[in-house]
Amino acid sequence: MPKRMKAIAIAAGLGCTALSGAAFATPAAPPAPKAAPAPQAAAEGAGVSNTAPTSAAAPATAAPTSPLLAQDGAPATTIDPNVGLPIDGRIGLQPQVTKNGVFAHWMHNDVLLPVITAICVLVLLLLVWVVFRYRRAANPVPSKTSHNTLVEVLWTLGPVVVLVLIAIPSIGLLQAQFKPAPAGAVTLKAIGNQWYWTYQYPDHGGIEITANMLKEKDQVAPGERARTDADGPRLLAVDNRIVLPVGVPIRLITTSNDVIHSWAIPAFWMKLDAVPGRLNETSFTIDKPGLYFGQCSELCGARHAFMPIAVQAVPPAQFAAWVAAKGGQMPGSKAPSSSVIPQPGAEGSAVEAAQANAAEAVTGPADNMAVPAQSPTSAQGATGNPAGPGNAGQ
Amino acid sequence: MTDTALHPGSAFVGHEDHHHAHHDADHKPGFFARWFLSTNHKDIGTLYLIFAIVAGIIGGAISGLMRAELREPGIQYLGIWAGMLHGGAQSLDQSLHLWNVLITAHGLIMVFFMVMPAMIGGFGNWFVPIMIGAPDMAFPRMNNVSFWLLIPAFTLLLASPFFGSGAGVGWTAYAPLSTFGEPGPSVDMAILSLHLAGASSILGAINFITTIFNMRAPGMTLHKMPLFVWSVLVTAFLLLLSLPVLAAAITMLLTDRNFGTTFFDPAGGGDPILYQHLFWFFGHPEVYIMILPGFGIVSQIIATFSRKPVFGYLGMAYAMVAIGVVGFVVWAHHMFATGLSVNTKMYFTAATMIIAVPTGIKIFSWIATMWGGSLTFKTPMVWAIGFIFMFTVGGVTGVVLANGGIDDYMHDTYYVVAHFHYVLSLGAVFALFAGFYYWFPKMSGKMYNEILGQLHFWVFFIGVNLLFFPMHFLGLQGMPRRYPDYPDAFALWNKVATHGYEIMAAGMAIFFINLIWSLIAGKPAGDNPWGEGATTLEWTLSSPPPYHQFETLPRID
Repeated sequence: MPKRMKAIAIAAGLGCTALSGAAFATPAAPPAPKAAPAPQAAAEGAGVSNTAPTSAAAPATAAPTSPLLAQDGAPATTIDPNVGLPIDGRIGLQPQVTKNGVFAHWMHNDVLLPVITAICVLVLLLLVWVVFRYRRAANPVPSKTSHNTLVEVLWTLGPVVVLVLIAIPSIGLLQAQFKPAPAGAVTLKAIGNQWYWTYQYPDHGGIEITANMLKEKDQVAPGERARTDADGPRLLAVDNRIVLPVGVPIRLITTSNDVIHSWAIPAFWMKLDAVPGRLNETSFTIDKPGLYFGQCSELCGARHAFMPIAVQAVPPAQFAAWVAAKGGQMPGSKAPSSSVIPQPGAEGSAVEAAQANAAEAVTGPADNMAVPAQSPTSAQGATGNPAGPGNAGQ
Repeated sequence: MTDTALHPGSAFVGHEDHHHAHHDADHKPGFFARWFLSTNHKDIGTLYLIFAIVAGIIGGAISGLMRAELREPGIQYLGIWAGMLHGGAQSLDQSLHLWNVLITAHGLIMVFFMVMPAMIGGFGNWFVPIMIGAPDMAFPRMNNVSFWLLIPAFTLLLASPFFGSGAGVGWTAYAPLSTFGEPGPSVDMAILSLHLAGASSILGAINFITTIFNMRAPGMTLHKMPLFVWSVLVTAFLLLLSLPVLAAAITMLLTDRNFGTTFFDPAGGGDPILYQHLFWFFGHPEVYIMILPGFGIVSQIIATFSRKPVFGYLGMAYAMVAIGVVGFVVWAHHMFATGLSVNTKMYFTAATMIIAVPTGIKIFSWIATMWGGSLTFKTPMVWAIGFIFMFTVGGVTGVVLANGGIDDYMHDTYYVVAHFHYVLSLGAVFALFAGFYYWFPKMSGKMYNEILGQLHFWVFFIGVNLLFFPMHFLGLQGMPRRYPDYPDAFALWNKVATHGYEIMAAGMAIFFINLIWSLIAGKPAGDNPWGEGATTLEWTLSSPPPYHQFETLPRID
């Protein structure tokens, strides 16, 4: 008996890695990441219709009235029913639109899922076999075997090998996720509040956006803005979407004004806590224009479920038009200011954290080219933030 | 008895019963003294089990409220319940807050007042002394204190919604939501409740460690102890080392809330993430505290019903030690989204995956124990086999979540909820039922009903799988946890999960019918209803065991 068992134990170690594609989830082929999306020429022409009108509680940012853009300026978009939002009855991951997301999606569906399915099937088959073969009727006299060193060594080393094989792509994924945003990245600062998000574009003339969840028609006072299907699904639609360019690296900085929130967009494979008194940083590049929804992912009080996140990804030219409509400026459109976007956790971060507070007050554009070189491990080094008082977003 | 004969009619001896007390192993004190002033490990074990069953009913009922609310998108019942709780119509925010109160209560009750009291206080108290051949625990009165601290602890938690708006901070009570985020006495009461429950567990842990190290019968070396005793020993060390850290963390919460300190408030130089490090330094060992005694129970049962000694005994024992040790250095995998540095994330990814190795040893050793055995499928064995498979399913999703890069997607989604319910609701709870059916004849002296026991297993098994497996799908589609309302795209699997709850609840009804029926009309169980496979010392005693066993210590060869 022990010999047969040994053979199965070996098969377990090897079979796990060989078995791929046994996934129960259907991996929706994610779009191949494009290096740079084709710029759409007539940005202003394409983005005139107002799908996201400004709510009554619009932020104070004075947007210049442009005849070609609505006050909100969000370019027109139709919601792709298959990307960027959950779908009823689905059993797999949401399709990914960032390079790291595609990598992680592959790792989950083609490495982890086959391995864990194989392990479960192996254990189930072994159980079914022993239950059938060694039931009392079939095996009235039990063996007295209680040791087999070889088998024990094998079922210790087998899982070790499997785990090492999992760890290799896993470590690679972490490295990719922590790659700092390059110079020229668009900085988006997401600030959690009970229970809405405020956003700042410190490099783009201090644009500030407040995003509240849109309520249903029967929940608002007459005349107040209610959700329409063009805004997005119930509990996901917000009054002011954030707009980000596709193909351009985004540097996301999160913090909070009160309790801990978490900024999450499943389609970006992105989740980063917004912690009061800290600046967390990560970066990603959206490869496909579209509308992407997420929800607050850290318990933050009563309306935790009611502070969604909506990102509209548009071609860079459209983004520039939107920035202009918001009263901001694209970086480099005028002489670079002396103001430096501080890299949290970099050398002398206490000084730079102080500058960060100052930078928020600056309405002029900051120049990303002036970003000091970072050590590769400090992409989210804000965890070492020693800068006492919080409320960085205020 | 001879002693009585020596002092016939002595005026200084109160009455016969009292006189017998020193000599009759089966003499029991009066009701009040027996159940309220108990120093008997078996009676205290029974009290713990009754307590855990009561807490389990309450915690399970709360999850029923949660599944009812989640049955469909939209807020259905929370407003009504909030009105019932606080009187009059309640605002939307108060209704939504009630949701957070429910999830917090469910988590705390199930962890601190159901699984831990049942596993360690109940089965540990009952069978650790017997299995090592000891007459009782090392500190019988401290044992009683351990139990009775749980009563005010549970009372504080249950009363907290009636003094203020309820503690809606999650069982993790992350600052600053738990500091300035929720004023009022409710959260303070919940914190004090944890203090008391923690003190109870620390005293219990000291008691178990002392008992196991000092009170083993002659010949019962550490390497001859039954695996259940090993599991409780490792668990007791985990409790002893981790609970003081929780106590410190929640004490700091308490002073932050009430006395103006700023341990976790960045405005005063504190750090909210510090709280999470402290909490999970306790919280991760805690999950092993909940499952390790289950490992021990399953090992006993598999060996008994295979009529074969446990395969790889030393490997099994030291796998639990390894799980306990490594379990202390993986805590930050609960914090992958908080903004850890890349090196920290890589370390905690690697360390977490290592735990899969000793866990795998245990799974394979259980199967190897059955291999070549002569298996009978009595109710405890069926639960134990169910445990092995369900724990495997929960374990492998843990390997997925261990990857820091993958966790960016999964963190705080229903995938995590599915994972930890597979290892707890289908792991720890299956082990509890296995242990309950296994030892019920020993504890009560009566047999349970085999047909009802098997029926309970299958209905419960189908119910919990229908309840928790779809949660993987919800998580993969991105549904965040701790949400009272969800986008309509999550409707289907939530509905399925609620139906699963209904089936599970039917299974529990079968369990309670069986329990009551067996206590009243169960057939008498012999000393050893399980036959030659049951080799541990409890099966050498009568069923139920004498009030004081092993007046002459057994000798183990």
